[in-house]
Amino acid sequence: MLEGIFIGLEAAFSIQNLLMVIAGCLIGTFIGMLPGLGPMSIIAIMIPVAITLGDPAAALILLAGVYYGAIFGGSTSSILLNAPGVAGTVATSFDGYPMARKGQAGKALTIAAVSSFAGGTIGAILLMIFAPALSSVALLFHSAEYFGLMVVGLSAIAAFAGTGQVAKALMMTILGLILATVGEGALFNMPRFTMGLMDLQSGISFITLAMAMFALPEALFLVLNPLRGAAQGTGGKIENLRFSRAEGKAMLPVIGRQSVQGFFIGVLPGAGATIASFLGYAVERNIAKGDEQAEFGKGSVKGLAAPETANNAACTGSFVPLLTLGIPGSGTTAILLGALIALNVTPGPRLMVDTPEIFWAVIISMFIGNLVLLVLNLPLIPYIAKILAIPRNYLIPFILFFTLMGAYIGQNNATELLMLVGLGIMATIFRFANYPLAPLLIGFILGTMLEDNFSRSMQLYDGLGFILDRPMTLGLLILAAILVLLPSARSYRARKVARNVADGD
Amino acid sequence: MALDRWIALVFVAFCCIYGYTAFFTMDQLLPPFMQRNPVWPSTFPKVLAIFGCVVGLIVLLGIEKGGDTASDSEIDYRKLGEYKVGQAALLLALMVAYALLLRPAGFLIATTGFLVLGSTILGERKFHIMIPTAVLATVGVWYLVQEVLGIFLRPFPFFMGT
Repeated sequence: MLEGIFIGLEAAFSIQNLLMVIAGCLIGTFIGMLPGLGPMSIIAIMIPVAITLGDPAAALILLAGVYYGAIFGGSTSSILLNAPGVAGTVATSFDGYPMARKGQAGKALTIAAVSSFAGGTIGAILLMIFAPALSSVALLFHSAEYFGLMVVGLSAIAAFAGTGQVAKALMMTILGLILATVGEGALFNMPRFTMGLMDLQSGISFITLAMAMFALPEALFLVLNPLRGAAQGTGGKIENLRFSRAEGKAMLPVIGRQSVQGFFIGVLPGAGATIASFLGYAVERNIAKGDEQAEFGKGSVKGLAAPETANNAACTGSFVPLLTLGIPGSGTTAILLGALIALNVTPGPRLMVDTPEIFWAVIISMFIGNLVLLVLNLPLIPYIAKILAIPRNYLIPFILFFTLMGAYIGQNNATELLMLVGLGIMATIFRFANYPLAPLLIGFILGTMLEDNFSRSMQLYDGLGFILDRPMTLGLLILAAILVLLPSARSYRARKVARNVADGD
Repeated sequence: MALDRWIALVFVAFCCIYGYTAFFTMDQLLPPFMQRNPVWPSTFPKVLAIFGCVVGLIVLLGIEKGGDTASDSEIDYRKLGEYKVGQAALLLALMVAYALLLRPAGFLIATTGFLVLGSTILGERKFHIMIPTAVLATVGVWYLVQEVLGIFLRPFPFFMGT
């Protein structure tokens, strides 16, 4: 392994490659801030540039820089504007945006940068150690297990809900799943619930729904109640980047746990950064103690560090199946696979043997990408955070414009904008009635995958037999049931205790 | 009845319609060879409709007890009268107008108009700052998206070519 690391270092540390990684990080960060352009589209856009470089190592280093930059850029818009442009950063906005509203935008961005760095770096170390062994475990997961895993992911939503909110959260999840059934499914090639409209044939796009659920209601609330934005005006604090020693101490175990958990979830093809970030958030929220748990969703340091760490660790983990089996586990790695093939490199079991310099250059470039990102972005944070200091008469039209652009760029379809407004009004009403909106979006994201895997298992086992035939699936489903029932059981017990105390008095 | 339970009522009604479609009308178009499959396009929607009705009724009937009602005290529909509903409605109307005009009027005109009118609705009157900012931002975004990223955005109105 040491020998390999040296080969990688040699390939990565040239002036040209260092410039590549710096350029990649900057491009990725700035384009990633535009909602609607996630890492996947940015890498796709950068591929022609990367291929013209000719050298596979340099190309990969550039793309790795773009990748990490884009993820950080996406977190920026989640934290500052509550406009998550990518599914993986939705969980970041749960605590990042409340922090920004409290006037701690600089601190929130610093925490995001530091935990992304830690997640990515620890992920890369795990990748070096476990890559060969893990590829065989990932193959044990069949559609039935994926179905189980998705159900667990959805049940974890119960963890997002506060006491007495579980039914509402589940209702929103089901609405998300229902919205995901609109359009043509991958397995059936039959339009469903399109009401005869051509524009619904391809379903509702993720980015439109994300903008409508988070960014649009938030902007509308800023209009409805000007006092709501007043907290942001505390100009001096925005530039305060540091987090305290105590907060650092609180973050440390979170980062440790989530790097490992995120990495292993990322290894499973198809699971990826989104599930890793949601599960990371849910797990940390559940194991946090009373006071800290109450803080989640209101600007908790832990709640921000957990999804950011898990997200980046999972992105690194998704390279395991790509590099060892040649199977891309996520959209982004699929595009990278295309780039590699165009550069005459075929990822797969032979990659480590035939062209070790490329394998190791990728891993070393991850370290460099993460480090450069941290060094470049920390000084930029005060300027990025200043976005919030723009007067609201200018800021709000711009936020609305960016949500519209985000929905438009992806599809190039003006009907998408009308859908955005309609869904946004619906989301605003839900917010007024105190319904949580994150479960809706999670249900929507996981819905398609859930149905595909469910249908595939049904076809393979000719019915529901797969639940009993595959013990791992059964185990995952039982875990999901426990996750749903636990909060209700807990609050029931708490009420009973409270009643007994009252009776006793 | 509080707003959240009204929403639950609408949701249950919605699930009934959704379920009706899934159970009774969807499968009529299913080709015979697909009817031998253990799973149909309507299978998953059927499951969802049933779960949706059950969960919706739990919220509607208030079976789940306890809970914090006002977690975000700054947003309260009971105070809607004190809020600037007019501004919000105008902005939404502006967004719809933008969606309808984006293609015919072209990106540059539609976007500049949107940004200027948007801040005017919010009460901004410093047009000498606002208009140059809007034009600059519009041209900047258009240049980035069209020229750098290569995603097509028609810049000018329909009568001025592509």
